[in-house]
Order: sequence, then C-alpha cells, then structure tokens
Amino acid sequence: MAASPAAEAGEHLDGFNRDQLSLFLYQMVLIRRFEEKCGEMYTKGKIRGFLHLYTGQEACAVGALNALAPHDKIVTHYRDHGHAIARGLHPNAVMAELYGKVDGCSGGRGGSMHLYDASLGFLGGYAIVAAHLPLAVGLGLAAKMQKTDGLALCIFGDGGVGEGEFHEALNLAVLWQTPVVFFCENNLYGMGVPFGASLSTEIPKLAAAYNMPAVSVDGMDVLAVHRATQEAVAHCRAGKGPYFIEAMTYRYRGHSMADPELYRLKDEIEAAKRRDAIEHLKADMTLAGWLDDAAYEEVAARAERVVEEAVAFAEASPEPGLATLHDRITKEPANG
Amino acid sequence: MAEMRFRDALREALREELIRDPRVFLMGEDIGLYGGSYAVTKGLLDEFGPERVLDTPIAESGIVGAGIGAAMGGLRPMVELMTINFSFLALDQIVNSAAKLYYMSNGQINVPMVIRMASGGGSQLAATHSHSLEGLYAHFPGIKVVCPSNPADAKGLLKRAFRDDNTVVFIEHTALYSMKGEVPDDPEFTIEFGKANILREGKDVTIIGYSGSVWQASRAATMLESQEGISAEVIDLRTLRPLDIDTVIASVKKTNRAVIVEDDWKFGGFAGELSAQIMERAFDWLDAPVARVCGKDVPMPYNRNLEFAALPSEEDVVDAVLAML
Ligand SMILES: Cc1ncc(C[n+]2csc(CCOP(=O)(O)OP(=O)(O)O)c2C)c(N)n1
Ligand SMILES: [Mg+2]
Repeated sequence: MAASPAAEAGEHLDGFNRDQLSLFLYQMVLIRRFEEKCGEMYTKGKIRGFLHLYTGQEACAVGALNALAPHDKIVTHYRDHGHAIARGLHPNAVMAELYGKVDGCSGGRGGSMHLYDASLGFLGGYAIVAAHLPLAVGLGLAAKMQKTDGLALCIFGDGGVGEGEFHEALNLAVLWQTPVVFFCENNLYGMGVPFGASLSTEIPKLAAAYNMPAVSVDGMDVLAVHRATQEAVAHCRAGKGPYFIEAMTYRYRGHSMADPELYRLKDEIEAAKRRDAIEHLKADMTLAGWLDDAAYEEVAARAERVVEEAVAFAEASPEPGLATLHDRITKEPANG
Repeated sequence: MAEMRFRDALREALREELIRDPRVFLMGEDIGLYGGSYAVTKGLLDEFGPERVLDTPIAESGIVGAGIGAAMGGLRPMVELMTINFSFLALDQIVNSAAKLYYMSNGQINVPMVIRMASGGGSQLAATHSHSLEGLYAHFPGIKVVCPSNPADAKGLLKRAFRDDNTVVFIEHTALYSMKGEVPDDPEFTIEFGKANILREGKDVTIIGYSGSVWQASRAATMLESQEGISAEVIDLRTLRPLDIDTVIASVKKTNRAVIVEDDWKFGGFAGELSAQIMERAFDWLDAPVARVCGKDVPMPYNRNLEFAALPSEEDVVDAVLAML
C-alpha cells in the first residue's frame, strides 16, 4: 500500500523543524517578491544596467546559504540578489545598490552584478563567468592555512563549466584539499544556449573526474538542497577537501531584462513552474500541519512589507557625490 | 544605398561574406539560437545552418584558439566574443598565437581570422563590463584593430576584415548599434584599412576620435562653430592598426592644434601614443600641447551620475579646445 500523503511529507521533512521551514519559506517568498519588484523597477528606469533575476531558483540560495556558519565565505555569480538576501544582507541595502545609491551594499558603485558585504563574508557577485571559482580556492586555502574550520561556498551557473577557470579551480581545490563547496545552479541555459549544447558530459562527472565527491540534487526542493549542502559543509569542516553540488533548477525570467527569449518555449517554463519550490514547500508544510492559508498570507504580507520598505529606502537614499569618483581606487593608509 | 542601423550593416557584411567565401564561418557565444547578444547575427543560424553559424560554450580562450587553428587549417573564421570585457580570457591566444605566428614562422603560417567584440561604457554596467580597450589591442604588433563609427564604415570595414590575411580585432561600440545611416549595397563595397576619414574640414583645430568618440568630437565641432566661431576639423581614424598618421599630421600642420578624444583611460592609452607621434612629426607646427580628452582614471562606477562624470563628453572637448586657443 502506498504511504499516505501526510506520511510522505513527514518523511520528506525528516530532520527539519517548523521554525526552520518557516524561515526557509519566508526567505524564498521574500526573494521572489524582491525579484519581481526589481523587474518592475527596471521597467520604470529606476534600476539600470544588466539585471539578472533569480525567480525560480530561490530554493538554491535558501537551501545552501542556510547551511553555512557566520565565519564562512561566499562568492557567487552576477545573478546574486537571492544569495545576498539569504546570507542576511538587508534588502534595503541590496535595493539601494540596484538604485546606485550611497546606502547600497557597494555604495552604488557595483550595481546588480557586483553586490558585496564583507562583514557578512559575502565577498561578491562576479560578472565575469567563472572568474570567482579560483578565488574560492584561495579563500579555502586561506581558511586552511589559518587553521580555522571555515570554508568557501562558490556559486555559479552551468555556463561556467565551459571555462578553463572551472577546470583549473577544481583541480587546484582537490590538489590542495581546500575546503570549498562548489555549488552549480544548473538552470539548463547559459544565456540562450541549452546546457546540453555546451557540455559534452554531465557536470557531476567532471567533478568526479577531479576526484571530488559530487552529487546532483533537485534544486527546486529547498530541503534537498539544504541536506546536500549540510553534507558538503561537514565534509569540508572535517578537512576532507572540496565537495561539488549540482542543483537542477530553472529560471522563470529571461537571462537578463534584455533577453528576447527566442530560444525556449512557454511550455517548458510552465512545466518548470509546476515544480515551483515555494509551492512545493507550502504543500509539504500544509500536509504536516505547519501551515495554513492564513499563516501563508502572513508570510506573503511580511515579505511584501519588507520589499516596499526596501524601495522606499532606496528612493530616499542619496546619490553618491561626484567628489567621491576617485575615492578608494587603491587602499592607502589615509583612506582606511 | 539603403538606410540601415549599425547592427544591420554588420549583419549584411557577415551575410555577404558567408555567401562570397565558403571558407568563412562564424562561431561565438549566443550568436545562433539567442540571435547575438546585440542582435548582430540574428537570423544567420536559420539562413546558413549550424555548420557555418556555431553557438559555442562560454570558453573564450578555447574558441579563439580553435579559430586560430581553423584559420591555420585553411578556413576564414569569425569569432564573436560578445564583449571586449570577456576577450581578456582569450588574450593569451590573441597575443601569443594569433599575433605571433606569422612572424615567428618567418611567414610560413598566417592567421586570417576576425574577432568581433562590443566595447564601451555608458550603459551602467559597472567596472567589469564597461571597458574601452581598443588601444590595448593596438599595442600588439601582428594584428589589426578596427573601430568603425557609423553603419557604412561598419559594413565596409568588416567585409575588408574577412579579406585580410591576418587576425583582425573588430571592435564595436555598444552605443552605436542602433545608429542609422546610408550603407552601400554593392557586395564588393569594402573600405581599406589605414585610411582615416575626414568627417568635417576646419582650420583652427584638429579633433581626432575613433568608434564612439568620433561623435563627441563631431558634436563638439558643431558647438565650437555655432557658439565660438571656431572651425574644427574632425578626423575619424577608423583603424588604429594600421594607423593613418599621415592624414592626422597633414591636418595638424594646417590647424596647428590637436585634441584626441577617446573613452579609454588616459594613462598609458592610445591617445598618448597618438599625441607622441604628432609631437614627433609636427612639433614645429604645434601652437599648443596636444590635448587628450579621455575617460577618468577610475574603474567604471555603476551609479549613473558617476558614470557620466567618468566618461568624456562633448563639453570636455569644447573646454579642451578653448583652453588651447
Ligand atoms: C567570461 C564571460 N564570458 C561571457 C559572459 C557573458 N555572459 C554573462 S552571463 C552568461 C551566461 C552564463 O550562464 P550560466 O553560467 O549558466 O549562469 P545563469 O545566467 O544561467 O545563471 C554569459 C555568456 C561573461 N559575463 N563572462
Ligand atoms: Mg545557466
């Protein structure tokens, strides 16, 4: 006899408590709402430059980032708002950055693709594909040489796998046994090129070829992502070297706001939405008796308030002064 | 003649060259299914098929290297690197292989390849995505560097690039893609390299630009004429390698003053090279030191006002001219 839905959900939720899942749900809803708002503000010309939205991939950020400790370091790619928020950057600071304002997390200098908060170990969004993979190896090396049990989480897209730096970084990480969790968000496309057309093998096989433990998980399932990342983190902390996770996911929007999306069909997007991570978790929590409609409405309303406040904050924040243009090009004793 | 946009003129050049020469093929990131990140190659995959229009993985060094090999093997590849910012990943192949093989092999091997890339700031893409490093490529002997400023030149120079027996780095300013202009439809229309274009004749000062900066130069010339009664000659270099220094020198000998405009940083940049050459060949004709109006010496900030302040403007050019008169 098949297990009852409640029993299945129960099994799926094994090891998680209600507070934890409520946090995951809230963070995913917040990121989704934040990204939708960004899209809106881009259309209004408030946010400019390249804007790569994260909707659809929320479970990756929330599942992975919540497995880290405060002393761990994070480097990620340019699709970075979700990672920043999941790490604890204040949505106000992220939105202000997108507005190019002084209170932005990069002082208005970086924009969407270059978010930083060193105080939280969030060492950046990197806009050159795969540029940060070797940096993660160095961060891991620094943790190891300084004998901390810290590690580096390195998030990147499937498109990064084609770059030489991906291969150089994986090899170095294993060779030096550095504590790095390589976290590949495989959303099936690098811009308009389907992942199958840009890679001759499967991603975890590459990592395995470099002698690194590698798993592929459902990136639309925040619990699966979280479990896998916890495992990876434990592996790194135990001094066993790097670990590789491929999270299978999907981006709901175009590559960037400039994408005419000539390369994929509506059906495919709709099919991915049927696996939606937020819906998935909602259903599980409801079955477990940990969520009802009223409680969900509250979560959604709270996210909405936070996002509205972020917009108001960004609007009110001043523009950086023109006199600051040449500040902090190099670090000198005088500029601290 | 037909009026078309810069990006369409480029596409016409690619189409015509694909038709003219079976050795020509295109490869690059998102040039096929996506239609090109700046829509230059839109429709070419459908028209010519995946053998001649190849979508590549994101692997700049790999695809430029493969392009070099294909050229050595008898083909005429065009490699599109999306933007100059990503070309740094292929710099080794461009500098150590493409630019060197002909000389090092004592003329046995040449690399007829076109590498296309977009460049320039002004779109709030911040520091990693706003480079204007045409001058960097001009630094290397063994390759050619082309920087068109208008649709007709874009077509004529790109077609010429495919007929060159060397590697041509072809750099397109993103601000120009939507610019409209008259473009010859003769499939044999090409523009020779190393022939600067005198966009406007004048007698008081020579303003020199290339790519997008030609338009700052030209708008400044209009302002100088109408507001100050100053007559400026505007020169579009079109190619940095080969460089048409003779046209520049002849103009400076006539006007006795020179201003060079470029988006790139001033320190160690191409404007410095050009100004040295003017000084070496026309020192006695100069009534004022050569002026350079360039991008500010900072990584490009995202914020709109800061970015605007970091880029040279026509007002900066006007000020530079007024300061030397
Ligand atoms: C070295 C380099 N080459 C090309 C680009 C242009 N580019 C930006 S994002 C992107 C696709 C990356 O896809 P993927 O790694 O799968 O990440 P996703 O956008 O899907 O999150 C490309 C080609 C770049 N930023 N850097
Ligand atoms: Mg991808």
